[in-house]
Amino acid sequence: MAAIAADFSTAPVLPKWIAPVLLLAVAYGVVPLIGSSYLFEAILLPFLALGLAGVGLNILTGYAGQVSLGSAAFMAAGAFAAYNFNLRVEGLPLIGSIFLAGIVAAAIGIVFGLPSLRLKGFYLAVSTLAAQFFVQWALTKFSWFSNNSASGVIDAPKLSIGGLALDGAVGRYLFALTIVSILTFLAYRLVSSQTGRNFIAIRDNETAARIIGIPVLKTKLLAFAISSFIIGVAGVIWAFAYLRTVEPDGFDLDRSFQILFIIIIGGLASIRGAFFGAALIVVFPLGLSRLSGFLLGDVFDSGVLDMSQRIVLGALIILFLILEPDGLVALWDRIRRRLLFAWQST
Amino acid sequence: MPLPTYALGAMEASVYAPEVFARGLPSVLQPAHLSEGDAGAAGSTANAAAPLLSLHGIGLAFGGVVALADIDLSVRSGEIRAIIGPNGAGKSSLINVISGVYRPDRGQVRLAGVGYAQVPTQRLAHLGVARTFQNLALFKGLSVLDNVGSGLAYKVRSNFAGQVLGIGRSRGERYDFLSCTDQILEFLDLTAVRDRLAGTLPYGLQKRVELARALVAEPRLLLLDEPMAGMTPGEKSEMADFVRAARDRFSTTVVLIEHDVGVVMGLSDRIAVLDYGRKIADGTPDEVRNDQRVIDAYLGVASDNEALSRDEARAGI
Repeated sequence: MAAIAADFSTAPVLPKWIAPVLLLAVAYGVVPLIGSSYLFEAILLPFLALGLAGVGLNILTGYAGQVSLGSAAFMAAGAFAAYNFNLRVEGLPLIGSIFLAGIVAAAIGIVFGLPSLRLKGFYLAVSTLAAQFFVQWALTKFSWFSNNSASGVIDAPKLSIGGLALDGAVGRYLFALTIVSILTFLAYRLVSSQTGRNFIAIRDNETAARIIGIPVLKTKLLAFAISSFIIGVAGVIWAFAYLRTVEPDGFDLDRSFQILFIIIIGGLASIRGAFFGAALIVVFPLGLSRLSGFLLGDVFDSGVLDMSQRIVLGALIILFLILEPDGLVALWDRIRRRLLFAWQST
Repeated sequence: MPLPTYALGAMEASVYAPEVFARGLPSVLQPAHLSEGDAGAAGSTANAAAPLLSLHGIGLAFGGVVALADIDLSVRSGEIRAIIGPNGAGKSSLINVISGVYRPDRGQVRLAGVGYAQVPTQRLAHLGVARTFQNLALFKGLSVLDNVGSGLAYKVRSNFAGQVLGIGRSRGERYDFLSCTDQILEFLDLTAVRDRLAGTLPYGLQKRVELARALVAEPRLLLLDEPMAGMTPGEKSEMADFVRAARDRFSTTVVLIEHDVGVVMGLSDRIAVLDYGRKIADGTPDEVRNDQRVIDAYLGVASDNEALSRDEARAGI
């Protein structure tokens, strides 16, 4: 996987922190005031959850070079662990449940990361499928996980932090936004730290990494642990803030693939890329469905429309990957450079 | 930490294609004069110091193909020791044995007085050994600075949480990282490309970045696997200057594999010549230059060709 982080190659014209700070200012200050409930429920909440999951998988796959198809399993582990901590541990604040859920997901990640010490590439990807099937099976099989609910579907607890109820669409959005922002910032710090450089070294040349004394085995497992922690917390957001129910079937193999698509389309080894990819995956089908319903709604029935949307989406993804294999981030940087160049030359 | 060494070795075999050849003589047939020469060399240095690195009876075969047969080699502290030989002579295999990438079938590697059946690759940096690779082994997705600085990774004691939050040991380590790395970059005249991605540099510069990555930890022993392969004559002499300067500045012992005999003659203190996995000569550049076996190995031997054509003729009949 010849992914080269676009983050490193661009010469920043403005200080690096300006864009994220502006973005956060808008996200906290403007969006809650003007956004409709549809925007929060259908777009922003899934975008935040999937973007965070993408950040998690990108640390493992984009930076450390270990391909994983078990992302949805770690999301499920996080969601169900948070549910159970919240249910069974008296007096544990919600944030505590979420943190512990991340730890549980990290532990499961380490277990299913053990094959990475011997396996590489596609072989590793296939072995991570084991996590996907095992976790889903265990959650369905043992009803203890869903508090003996007959259908296996459970209702997420009401969100509140320090007595402040965050139950409405805006409240859940702010809750998700805060967690996602903090974890993304920490992830950004991580990938530019010595540990992050070790990840990239192992990805780019494992033999050389071992010879210069990078602890390869430990670092790989650490990548699995950190990645699974973040994906687990993303699972909590997905279940608690977005869907508000938790069920194993929501975390199937399709979800794992969706997260893998997000980082490939967004740009491997890029923190921003995960959010670009998530935006495309969430918004694009909605826009396409609106557009086709508007243009062709009278001609075809909804089943045909739905199917043709998938075909168009797939075709567009293929086309996009041919035109820009380094992902949306590379495209974005190119456009930005052109604009800056045009602006400077006037 | 348990190292699944045999499995890793098997995987690497495909990446770093073993230098293979069809013929290999059993060790008993090795010329006797070599051991005498070795004994003489050892005798002359016995009062100086024990060798930093010595190989004893190293044998290595890939399947039925003998890559190294009964190799003895001693490297004194502070010298530039070259290993030369024609293609497929086993030079890279030897470096891979010294750095623990391959496990020899027979023999022992002694590093600073400690003997190893297989040198522990993971601990190599701690033992003060650094190496470069014949095919570039840079981290393409990292900047030159980060590539070179990764040579210090073995020293890092802080954990990821400290690094993320910028607390504890990680601050001092970051400072050391920058100061050591910048010094080496300046020493090897790489400051101008400090922030470029390593994968985007021209070939000659990438080779130099690899040298910088090996040097940044100030190793006692530096293994260079064809550091001048594919370079122009100008780049080669520049690289030779850098190797010499590195030896002088860090008092590093250098073991160097090279194709280009001319560069090696001017650079090395002692030269060992390999051919078909055996050591056929060992000595100062002048001794090696005048050794009939070395000349034969590089230029070919007439009688060999005659024998070959006789064989062919016989096969024809």
